Amino acid sequence: MSDIAIELRGIDKSFGLVHANKNINLTVRKGTIHGIIGENGAGKSTLMSILYGFYQADKGDIVIDGKTVTIKDPNAAIASGIGMVHQHFMLVENFTVLENVMLGAEESQILNTSISKARVELKRLEKEYALEVNPDALIEQLPVGLQQRVEILKALYRRADILILDEPTGVLTPPEADHLFRILGQLKDQGKTIIFITHKLREIMAITDEVSVMRRGEMVATRKTKETSVEELAELMVGRRVLLRVEKGAANLGEVKLSVENLTVRDGRGVTMVDNVSFNLRAGEIVGIAGVAGNGQSELLEAISGIRRAVGGKVLLNGKPIDVTGHVDPRELRDRGLGHVPEDRHHVGLVLKFEEAENGILGYHHEKRFLNGVFLNTKAIQADAEEKIKKYDIRPPNPRLKTANFSGGNQQKIVLAREMERGPDVLIIGQPTRGVDVGAIEFIHKRIIEMRDQGMAVLLVSVELDEIRALSDRIIVMFAGRVVGERDPDATEGELGLLMAGVEGRKEAAE
Amino acid sequence: MSNPYAKLPAWAEYILIPLLNLVVAFLVAGLVVLLVGENPLDAAYYMITGAFGRGEYIGFTLYYATTFIFTGLSVAVAFHAGLFNIGSEGQAYIGGIGVALACLWLDKTMPWFVVFPLAIIGSAAFGAMWAFLPGWLQAKRGSHVVITTIMFNFIASSLMVYLLTKVLKPLGQMAPQTRTFEAGGQLPKLDWLMSIFGLNLGNSPFNVSFLLALLAAFGVWVLIWRTKLGYEMRTMGHSPSAARYAGIGEARITIIVMMISGGLAGMMALNPIMGEQYRMQLDFVQGAGFVGIAVALMGRSHPAGIIPAAILFGMLYQGGAEIAFEMPAISRDMIVIIQGLVILFAGALENMFRPAIGRAFASIGRRSVAAAQTRGA
Repeated sequence: MSDIAIELRGIDKSFGLVHANKNINLTVRKGTIHGIIGENGAGKSTLMSILYGFYQADKGDIVIDGKTVTIKDPNAAIASGIGMVHQHFMLVENFTVLENVMLGAEESQILNTSISKARVELKRLEKEYALEVNPDALIEQLPVGLQQRVEILKALYRRADILILDEPTGVLTPPEADHLFRILGQLKDQGKTIIFITHKLREIMAITDEVSVMRRGEMVATRKTKETSVEELAELMVGRRVLLRVEKGAANLGEVKLSVENLTVRDGRGVTMVDNVSFNLRAGEIVGIAGVAGNGQSELLEAISGIRRAVGGKVLLNGKPIDVTGHVDPRELRDRGLGHVPEDRHHVGLVLKFEEAENGILGYHHEKRFLNGVFLNTKAIQADAEEKIKKYDIRPPNPRLKTANFSGGNQQKIVLAREMERGPDVLIIGQPTRGVDVGAIEFIHKRIIEMRDQGMAVLLVSVELDEIRALSDRIIVMFAGRVVGERDPDATEGELGLLMAGVEGRKEAAE
Repeated sequence: MSNPYAKLPAWAEYILIPLLNLVVAFLVAGLVVLLVGENPLDAAYYMITGAFGRGEYIGFTLYYATTFIFTGLSVAVAFHAGLFNIGSEGQAYIGGIGVALACLWLDKTMPWFVVFPLAIIGSAAFGAMWAFLPGWLQAKRGSHVVITTIMFNFIASSLMVYLLTKVLKPLGQMAPQTRTFEAGGQLPKLDWLMSIFGLNLGNSPFNVSFLLALLAAFGVWVLIWRTKLGYEMRTMGHSPSAARYAGIGEARITIIVMMISGGLAGMMALNPIMGEQYRMQLDFVQGAGFVGIAVALMGRSHPAGIIPAAILFGMLYQGGAEIAFEMPAISRDMIVIIQGLVILFAGALENMFRPAIGRAFASIGRRSVAAAQTRGA
C-alpha cells in the first residue's frame, strides 16, 4: 500500500481546437484534502470529468492505488472508489433521502428488500460520519446544505474512498459552508481522500492540505497549503500580480436617486419572493444587497428594472414614480436614466449569437445615434464598439466576433461598458463578477467605484459576500424575500452570515 | 467545454455540410429507386437533363424556384424572430385573391406594368392579412402559431373552394377557376434573359416574377441585418429574455413579423397566377408553402442560401417530372419520397455529420497549427 490515492500522468484532452487539458500531472495523497484552484475555463471541470468518466482523455494514465485504470464511464469511476458531488445536485426532488441514496444502486429487482438493506446501511454511514439526515424526508423539503449532505451520503453508500467536490460552497450560506468543512475534516480523519475544486482562495486556505493551481489548461503549481499564501495562489492563477482589495475613498453622498417603498413581488407560482422591501439609494453611494442565492434578490432587481411586474409597492426613479405594478417598458426606464447589468448575462444581458458590436447597442438600439431612419447605422455602431473595446480592454478586440467566443470576463465587460458608458443616474448590477476571472474582477470593481465617485447611484446584488463587503457603502441583507438587516461594510463576516441565514436559519446553522 | 461541437470553418459550415447531407439524401433515394427495379444512375441522368438539359427545362426549373424563393423567404423571416410559420401555404393561397382581383379589375384596360404593382400590393396585403390573425392570437392570447397557422391553412383552403365555385367563377363554366386574364393580367416571360446565355425558353413559364423574387431576397437581407426592426426580430429569435430586457415589445414584433412573412408567402401567388395560368385555379399553391419550410431550413434562413436551395427544389420538381415520364415504374409519388429524403437529411438530420467533420477538422487542425495559441475549455 502506497500513501498515494490518485496519480494522473500526462493527461491531455482537446475539444476540437480547444486544448482543455495539457499534459496534466497530479498526485493526491491518501487521507488528505487536496484543493484544485483555477479561474473559469482553466480546465478544472474537464479534468474532474475525465477522472469521473464523463470524458476520455486523449492521452495519459490514471493510477488509483498503484494500479493503472481505464475509466470509461461514471460506473467505472464508482467501481474504482471515486465519488463525485456535483455543483448542481443530481437528486430527484420528489424522492426521499433513502430513495435518492439507493437510486441506481438497488440490490435486487424487488424494491422492498433493497430499501430495508439500504436503510440499515444508511444508518451506519450516518453514524460513522456524523451526517444525520432523516432518511424519509423528501429532498424538496430539505435546505440546500442538507441536500448536499445527501449527495455526500450517496457517494459513501457506493463505497467511495475518494470524493470529488465541485464548487461545493457556491449555494451555501457561510455557516452551512463552515459545517461542510467540518464534515470534510471528519471524512479525512476516517481516511477518505477529498479533492476540492473551487475558485475561492479563502476556502483553499481554510481546509486543504495541499493545493494545485491550474491555468489555461495546464497544472502550473502544487503547494503545501501551509507554505503558500492567498497572494501567491492568486498570482499563480492569473499569471500576474493582482490587487485583491479595491481602494476606495469615503462616499460623497448626494440626493436620493432611487427610492423603493414596500415593494412586493410574487413569482409565477404565486410564491412571494420579495416581501415588503423598502430602501433608498443616493447619488454617489453603492448599496450592496447580500443574501444567499434565491432569497429574492433576483426578483427585486427584475421588478425595479421593469422586467417583472410587482404586486405591490412603489418605486421612484429620480423622484418620479415607476409603474412597477402595471406596465413598465424597460426602454422607457433607460431613457429616464436607469442602467441595468442583469445577473444572467448569457440569456438576458447579451445575445450570445450576436456580434460584439450588436450587443453593444442592446436596449439602446432605438437611439438616434445608432440609426439612419429605420436602418442601423453600422458605422456608428462599429465605432462605438471599438471605443468601448479600447476603454474596457475587451479581448479579443474584434467587434465582429460572435459574443459567445468571448470569455466570461470579457462578456461581462461588454455589458458593463454598454450600461455604464451611457451615464445613467442609477445603475443596478446583479452578480458583476460571476464566472469572471480574477484579472477582470479587479478591473470591474475599479470601474464600479469610479462610477460611484462620479456621482452615480449603484445598487449591487451579489452572492459573493467578499465582493459586497469590498464595494458597498451600506449593506442590506435579504432573507426569504425580506430585508432582515442593514449594516455598514465594517460588519464582520460572521454577523452578516447569521443574518443571511435568517432567524429560522440560525438553529439550522448551529446543528 | 460547453459547446459539444468544435467550431467549423465557415466554408465547411455553409457548403460542405449541406452538400454532404444532400449527397447522402440522393444516395438513399438511389437505393429506393433500386428497390423498385430501376437503375438509379439512369434516374439521376433523367433528373439532371430533365432539369437543366435544355433552355425550356431550365425555364421550368427556375419557374418552380421562383415560387420556392417566396415561400422560403416567408418561412425564414419568421424563423429569425423565433416563430415557426407553417401557414405559408394558406397565406400564399389567400394572396392569390389579391392577384386575381387586380387582374380581373384592370387586365382589359391597363398594361401589365400597371397591373403588376397593384397585384404585388394585393397579394402581399392578402397574405399579410391571413397571417395577421395567427400573429395576433399568439401575441395577445398565447395561441401557438404552429397550431393556428396549420388550422388557417385549412380555413384558407375551404374559403377558396367557396370563392372559386360561387363568387369568382364566371357563369356557365364548369371548372372552379376565374376567367382567363387578358394581356394586362399576363406577365412577360424572361426570354431576353435566357437568350443572353444563348438559351431558348420554349414553352416554359419563366417570367418577371423571378426578378421580383430576387429583389425580395435582397429586401429580406436588408430587413434582417440592416434595419432596427430586423435587429429586434433577431434579438427576440435568439433570446426572448434578452428582448424583454432590451424593452423590445414581443407582441408588436410577433404581429409585424407574421405579417411580413405572410406578405412574402402571398407574393408567391403572382408566379403561377399572373405568370403561368393567367387565371386563378383551385389549389394553385400545390404544397409550395411546405416546400418553403425545407428551403428555409436548407438555406439556413439566409437569402443567399434560400436562392440556391429553391433552385435545388425547382430541379427536383422539374427533373422529377421527367423521371416519372421516362421511367414507368417510378410514379410522381416517388419524387415526393426523394424530396422528403432531402428534407430529412438537410433539415431534420442536419447535425448528423457534424461531430465527425468536427473531429476530422480538429485532427487536421492539430497537426497544422500545433503551435497555435489555444484557449482554455
